[in-house]
Amino acid sequence: MATETHSAEVASAPGMPQLDFSTWGNQIFWLVLALIAIYLILSRVALPRIGAVLAERSGTITNDLAAAEDLKAKAVEAEAAYEKALVDARAEASNIVESAKAEIKADLDVAIAKADAEIAAKAAESEKAISEIRASALENVKVVAKDTAKEIVAALGGKADAKTITAAVTARMKG
Amino acid sequence: MATETHGAEEGGLVFHPMDQFIVKPFLGEGSDVAWYTVTNATVWMFLAVIATFLLLVLGSSKRSVIPSRMQSVAELAYGFVYKMVEDICGKEGVKYFPYIMTLFMFIVCSNFLGLLPTSFTPTSHFAVTVVLAFAVFITVTVLGFVKNGAAFLGLFWVSSAPLALRPVLAIIELISYFVRPVSHSIRLAGNVMAGHAVIKVFAGFAALTLVSPVAILGITAMYGLEVLVSFIQAYVFTILTCVYLKDALHPSH
Repeated sequence: MATETHSAEVASAPGMPQLDFSTWGNQIFWLVLALIAIYLILSRVALPRIGAVLAERSGTITNDLAAAEDLKAKAVEAEAAYEKALVDARAEASNIVESAKAEIKADLDVAIAKADAEIAAKAAESEKAISEIRASALENVKVVAKDTAKEIVAALGGKADAKTITAAVTARMKG
Repeated sequence: MATETHGAEEGGLVFHPMDQFIVKPFLGEGSDVAWYTVTNATVWMFLAVIATFLLLVLGSSKRSVIPSRMQSVAELAYGFVYKMVEDICGKEGVKYFPYIMTLFMFIVCSNFLGLLPTSFTPTSHFAVTVVLAFAVFITVTVLGFVKNGAAFLGLFWVSSAPLALRPVLAIIELISYFVRPVSHSIRLAGNVMAGHAVIKVFAGFAALTLVSPVAILGITAMYGLEVLVSFIQAYVFTILTCVYLKDALHPSH
């Protein structure tokens, strides 16, 4: 017991176990092995793999950015096409409106002209009818006046021949 | 038994802040450590290997374009070190990326695993950090001469300084060059060891009822600091490696 304690005390007595050179060979041997192991792990497996992953990621990001740029360009293009289509459609619409207007106007003009012609025809017809009526009325007046004159002459005791009365009435009516 | 009584006699406090760093055989009695013995240091080194494997290999096993959480962390670690190498060393440095990543993953995993209670931190040992630092130093020196030949010595000849000053500067540059592996290794081990030792000291004080709340608060605060230090020291070690490598690739000032 006492000796064990003594030896433990001796072991820790020099102060720094770091300066106990009897363990250096052992530590250096195992350290070299550990470093070789880490080096092999890193250079054979870990570093190439992580490097590949990082490269792949930056590649993916670059591709995605390029794709995004592409899509953006396409969107701009699509917007331009849309704008153009809109302008075209507006122009076409105004064209259609113009042509429709012109067509309607032409139709309207034709219809108006036709109506005018009809009205003129009707007016002429009416005028003709009126003049006929007027003429027939004059004729009637003449007949009535002859008859009346004949009757009046007869009533006054005269006997007038038809020719004289007609001439007299005609002269009167002119005058 | 005897130690406990002994410690109690000294006033109730038992401080063994450095005992956590003792390298001893894992599973098994005795304290003899031969070069092949599987020790606690060995176990925690290989846990760091396994952690690296889990994070970087299993984490990325799905290879998904939209990463899972584990894969995000793996990619973050990859991108972090890759960008560091590329920014500092330039395009020619990228082929040394696996080596630098190896250093970074080993250090960062060891540091974080070392924060687990009762664990062992390999990076708190100079044996480990000295090997790491000298590996970098020797690689950089050999690479510098292979790539640039004698022109690598231009690193010490500051051509932008006045001619009279250049020999003096050359000596200073030479000294600073050879001090590099020392500072490189001691910085890492020293930071990790100091933090762990301070936590252990606070833990010793926690045995006293009167100061235990303060001690526990101290442990908590130190632990938070240690989490930062674990990452920052791994980062510092890696970035210095990159800076040294840059000197080998482009020795002109």
